[in-house]
Amino acid sequence: MKRIISLKVNGSPVEDAVSDNMLLIDYLRDSKGLTGAKKGCDGGECGACIVLVDGRPRPSCITLVATCDGTEIETIEGQAQNGRLTPLQRAFHENLGAQCGFCTPGMIMTATSLLRDNPTPDDEQIKEALANNLCRCTGYVKIIKSVRRAAEMTQEMTKVTS
Amino acid sequence: MSEFLPDFRLVRPQSLDQAITALQSEPGARLCAGGTDIIVNMRRGLVEVETLVDLSGIADLKTLDLDGNALRIGAGVTLRELAQHPGLIGPYQAIAQAAGLVAGPGHRQVATLGGNLCLDTRCLYYNQSHWWRKANDFCLKYHGDICHVAPKGNRCRAAFSGDMAPALMVLDASVEIIGPDGARRVPLAKLYREDGTDFLMLKPGEILTAVHVPVQRGKSTYDKIRVRGAVDFPLAGVAVAWRQDADGAHLFQLAVTGTNSMPINVDIPAPLGKDEDPDPYFATLEKLVQKAVSPQRTSTIAPHYRRLSVSALASRLARALI
Repeated sequence: MKRIISLKVNGSPVEDAVSDNMLLIDYLRDSKGLTGAKKGCDGGECGACIVLVDGRPRPSCITLVATCDGTEIETIEGQAQNGRLTPLQRAFHENLGAQCGFCTPGMIMTATSLLRDNPTPDDEQIKEALANNLCRCTGYVKIIKSVRRAAEMTQEMTKVTS
Repeated sequence: MSEFLPDFRLVRPQSLDQAITALQSEPGARLCAGGTDIIVNMRRGLVEVETLVDLSGIADLKTLDLDGNALRIGAGVTLRELAQHPGLIGPYQAIAQAAGLVAGPGHRQVATLGGNLCLDTRCLYYNQSHWWRKANDFCLKYHGDICHVAPKGNRCRAAFSGDMAPALMVLDASVEIIGPDGARRVPLAKLYREDGTDFLMLKPGEILTAVHVPVQRGKSTYDKIRVRGAVDFPLAGVAVAWRQDADGAHLFQLAVTGTNSMPINVDIPAPLGKDEDPDPYFATLEKLVQKAVSPQRTSTIAPHYRRLSVSALASRLARALI
């Protein structure tokens, strides 16, 4: 069965006919061409598919898109504005937070949600927030450093502008 | 894992009445709250669903009332809300701790109390792809006629792995159930039976709607053993509630998950006297836990190790409360 849903994807309102059994990750990747979110474990364990639903991280491979009717979805593609990377994206780039890159969209989206709630997280809070995201390359040290650095960069920017 | 979910019809009721009607009128209907367990199981071909009744839109299920007298938690309250609730401290602490230890933050965002209490049992021979299970001639829990864990037995040994049940059982919680015959309330411990394929005592068409916890004194705590610090299901989980009687003796209540096909209460016959030496008391308590639990080869970790570690965890938690 299909139904019409309306949602916002990276700020743009969208109306679409979707099947009841369509997963959010398939909708984003196949219907919307947003291939940033990755299918890793395909069972909600690895976090490579994490996107933000109403500002909160959600494994999109175990989420039915029909249940996201009326919500706002944010993916990695919506982060950089006018070619300018977000502090998190820059920090991951500059601190080698990404190696093969497969887990990075999920990591950055989860960290984006964390920094909105808590702009100055300590290492334990970063680890707790990223508990859902697996990385097989970095050993996590550089990822935690990247998130910490992004928080510092945001603080510095706020100081300069205020 | 299959590439796509099998076809099904999604129903999104806005009220409990609508949900019960949907559940009754569709024979192959199953309930879904956060979907963090059932969607994964559907993708692995473990559950065949014609109609999925999504409870996430029912506002009545999402209330939490805590006053001086008692606590009532709607089945649709998310684990994240429970983990962060400022009122779930002291005697209710185990509830928040258990909720905060379930899976990862992305799951707790949508996973609900009701979903965790009704979580499907798990087994090394069951939570696998269709190909894997087919190559192994399936098992008692799915279209097969043998339990690979205990081939000589006649029942499924899949382990109940919900974290919320023991935390609520040590607080003498009861559950509110609504179905075609009206509402009923049963002690939480009586919601379960020791059978991996049929572990829930819910009748067809019934929905678990809320949990009631009577007024508490003392303190409670919950912790679990697992291979990784997050996301993993518990190899064993232990909840302990503690209070002191008028003579200053220490009374414990203890419940365990992950070791049997149902969460179990461990009977602790005597309280620890006010001036009693705690070491022999806790040595006895460890033996009682080891005797009460029955871990099987349902995970990659050896049953003997799980039996020893769950008893060690139980006495560690109990000691920390006094």
